[in-house]
Amino acid sequence: MSEPRMQIESGVPEMEAYLHPVLKKNYGQWAWHERPRPGVLHHVAKSGDSIWTVRAGTQRQMDLYTIRKLMDIADEFAEGYVRFTIRSNIEYMVSEESKVQPLIDKLGSEGFPIGGTGNSVSMISHTQGWLHCDIPGTDASGAVKALMDDLYDEFVKEEMPNRVRITTSCCQINCGGQGDIAINIQHTKPPKIDHDQVANVCERPSVVARCPVAAIRPAMVNGKPSLEVDEKKCICCGACFPPCPPMQINDPEHSKFAIWVGGKNSNARSKPTLHKLVAAGVPNNPPRWPEVSAVVKQILAAYKADARDWERIGEWADRIGWPKFFEKTGLPFTKYHIDNWRGSRNNLNTSAHIRF
Amino acid sequence: MAKQMHDTPMLDQLESGPWPSFVTGLKRLAKDNDMMVDLLGQLETSYETRKGYWKGGTVGVIGYGGGIIPRFTELKGDDGKALFPAAAEFHTLRIMPPPGMHYDTNTIRKMCDIWEKYGSGLIAFHGQSGDIMFQGCSTDNVQPAFDELNEMGFDLGGAGPAVRTGMSCVGAARCENSCVDEGRTMRMLVNNALDDMHRPALPYKFKYKVSGCPNDCMNSVQRADLATIGTWRDDMKVDQEEVKKFVATRGRKYTIDNVITRCPTKALSLNDDDTLSVDNPSCVRCMHCINVMNKALSPGDDKGVTLLCGGKRTLKIGDLLGTVIVPFMKLETDEDFETLEELATEILDFFAENALEHERTGEMVERIGLVNFLEGVGLEIDPNMIERPRMNPYVRMDGWDEEAAKWAEHKTAQ
Repeated sequence: MSEPRMQIESGVPEMEAYLHPVLKKNYGQWAWHERPRPGVLHHVAKSGDSIWTVRAGTQRQMDLYTIRKLMDIADEFAEGYVRFTIRSNIEYMVSEESKVQPLIDKLGSEGFPIGGTGNSVSMISHTQGWLHCDIPGTDASGAVKALMDDLYDEFVKEEMPNRVRITTSCCQINCGGQGDIAINIQHTKPPKIDHDQVANVCERPSVVARCPVAAIRPAMVNGKPSLEVDEKKCICCGACFPPCPPMQINDPEHSKFAIWVGGKNSNARSKPTLHKLVAAGVPNNPPRWPEVSAVVKQILAAYKADARDWERIGEWADRIGWPKFFEKTGLPFTKYHIDNWRGSRNNLNTSAHIRF
Repeated sequence: MAKQMHDTPMLDQLESGPWPSFVTGLKRLAKDNDMMVDLLGQLETSYETRKGYWKGGTVGVIGYGGGIIPRFTELKGDDGKALFPAAAEFHTLRIMPPPGMHYDTNTIRKMCDIWEKYGSGLIAFHGQSGDIMFQGCSTDNVQPAFDELNEMGFDLGGAGPAVRTGMSCVGAARCENSCVDEGRTMRMLVNNALDDMHRPALPYKFKYKVSGCPNDCMNSVQRADLATIGTWRDDMKVDQEEVKKFVATRGRKYTIDNVITRCPTKALSLNDDDTLSVDNPSCVRCMHCINVMNKALSPGDDKGVTLLCGGKRTLKIGDLLGTVIVPFMKLETDEDFETLEELATEILDFFAENALEHERTGEMVERIGLVNFLEGVGLEIDPNMIERPRMNPYVRMDGWDEEAAKWAEHKTAQ
């Protein structure tokens, strides 16, 4: 028997071999940039060199035929180098301005939208969903595809007050991250427990420890060691489900979407913030999730009409106040918007600052 | 010749519309890939029933304990056999990209060829942790697929309770706001911790993310256990001629409404001759004015990084942003990088020894208090670490005189 091949533990590869020559030459020596049109960046280096970047949206989960097509375009219409953004947009770098329009035309004719720069709605960052996750309450790629179809115009234009970054997550762990608008599964019923399976599959003490509200305790059910949930305490977060799959949290009807706004990672103007709940109870309705699109478009329309230049969605809400936010978006304000988790008093109004 | 396609009336509805369709891509792959035919069958079932049908398991490559996401179908008939057998195993290989996610076309073409040979043909550029996700592989093909990718110079990323794949922004490669060599920093941090990445034995995940300026395009403050964010400590640079040009082009009102009054610490003032005054000691390096007037304004020359610790999402105590643990450190010379590498190792070791199972750094710091954490990893306190001093008196303070003396000593030493 031959020796097995052992891994080369090389870690993150060096960047240099993969860098466009103009980027390599001017590494750390860039002076300024402009956006000649949505989807195009023009960076100028201190050396006087220029690089034009054309940014196009992709479906993120790509078949290799699509990837090869994108590479063909890079070889024929660009200069053989690409990069991807954190939101799965592909970027082509060219050193001559004359190459920009033919590249745009080619990408457009192959169905790739040019945009995602400046004050646009960029591609939605998302998770795996039913395609590949082991605990998903919904799909990710499908919901994003449907939503980006609806928001296409806002991707290819830069007409928002400031950039809009949307995320989706197919469970409450929220691998999708924080966003100006975050669309996340929110379970509304406690887990359904398959007591015959718990003892076989789950390490019970770690499941008990996983619960944020200490609602899970060991119990004998039908003569078998299992776990039970105090349903009055349970917040339906689903934290017990990954370590204990017999505690099924996903429910075709009762796993809904909640929509959150005002997450911001940048330090620009205001400090970074986490997103805030604005809507819930939105049905999980494949294949195109129209109810989700409707709420997102409602929020975006109000933001676009009312926010000042450079205000992100959270900054806009802070300026006009939450009563106006709910008024302008037409979303209902409910008792569920009022925080009751630890530190909740930080989220209450401790002043006589009231807007009328 | 591939097997016959299943009917997918729900997924078919995701082929229309202007955005590129992943369903069209999956169907193209299915023309000559049985795994994709059955993957479409299972996915369509999920769309009908609104349920997921994957479970995890144990699949790996020789030498590593993580980096493969195993997926086995749970969609089985009464006889226990998979309803979509060709996709009964649908594992993912997480592969770490170069910093900044730069590629030449040959590299990606080679990756496609490998994945055509061993996998489903589906690749995500990139997953949320920053990996290239090679999705859809049988158990038998995981090792040979990895071997070929590994021979190309690529390595597995992180999964499970381990150091995860890092991310850094485009930064110095193409951005004038870059205050640090982001790629070198991220690569150093991750490659220094490969053992904790590839042999998962930490309390929970640990993430490094690097952004070259406070715009934090990598979302590091929200997502990284150790966020490294570029900044500068001397005065920001102002090209007054460009300021004048900006005001002349955009107008005074625009400049006042969108630059001057947007400054969070009121550090900017537009002079009567349309030049700009900056009160640099009040500037918090938020980046807004530089973003708006990027030709006229730029970061200073004395660059470095701010480190924040503890960003994470919901599980288990709720969302946390990272908090400052090092307000400023230089990151230019080899010695600077070594200092950061040593600090990162201290933090990772402290986390490994002191966090509870399934606890992130942010939760650990919340539980033990920032000061205990700082003392544990050997960092000095600094007033830049707080939003405001404590507001309650519930603390024993009989060590006050010694602590005040330390501060005086610290001031003298500066």
